[in-house]
Amino acid sequence: MAEEPTHFKIGDNVHIRGDYPPGHIRTPYYIRGKSGVIADVVGAYDNPEERAKGHYDEPQQPLYRVRFMQTDAWPDYSGSPEDTIDIEIFQHWLEAV
Amino acid sequence: MTDEKTPRGYHDMGGLPGGPVEQTEHILAPWEKRVDALTMALSAPKVGKRAFYVDERRDKIETMGEDKYESLTYYELWMASVAGVLVDKGLLTDEEIEAKMAEIRERLGLEAETA
Repeated sequence: MAEEPTHFKIGDNVHIRGDYPPGHIRTPYYIRGKSGVIADVVGAYDNPEERAKGHYDEPQQPLYRVRFMQTDAWPDYSGSPEDTIDIEIFQHWLEAV
Repeated sequence: MTDEKTPRGYHDMGGLPGGPVEQTEHILAPWEKRVDALTMALSAPKVGKRAFYVDERRDKIETMGEDKYESLTYYELWMASVAGVLVDKGLLTDEEIEAKMAEIRERLGLEAETA
C-alpha cells in the first residue's frame, strides 16, 4: 500500500493541529493545538480515521510518539515541571514549528 | 479540514476526573467470550474476507449516543457496534436480528424485553 513520506525526525518540534472535525479521531481532544517534540518514529500504518469511514485505500500515515510537557498539556498541572506525557499521533495531525 | 468545531466526544475523556480504578479481575461470561470471538472473526479473520475494520466499529460506539455508551457494559458495546456496522453494510437487517432474538427468547422461554 502507498505510504505518505515521513516529514519529521526525532527531536523535531511539532504543533498539533487545532482542528475539531467530526468522525472517529485518534488525536485526543485535550492535546489539539498544543506543541511537543518527536520522541520516536513508530512506523507507517493505515489511517484509522479514513478506515472508520470505509475508505480502505488511503496511503498509510507515519505514526509518531510525540512528547509533551505536562505543564503544556494541562494549564493547572501541579506535578513536577519536568513531567512529560507521550502520545502516539499520526502525521496528518502534525505541523512543523 | 473544517471551521466547524465538533465538541469533545463522550468517549474522548482524557483528563477528566475518572474516580478510582477498579483493579480486580473480571470473570468473563461465556457470551462475552463469544462476542469477542465473533468480532475477531468478522474484523480480523485469519482466513476469508473481512467484514469491517475495528475503526468502523469504534466509530459506531462513538456515535451511538452518550446514554447508550454510559449504560452498556464493555462487551455489550462490542455487540451493539458489530450489529450496527453489519446493518449499515447491508449484511444483516434489523428485522433479521429481531427475528433471531425472538427465536432465541422462545427457545429459552424468556419474556420479550421492552427496549
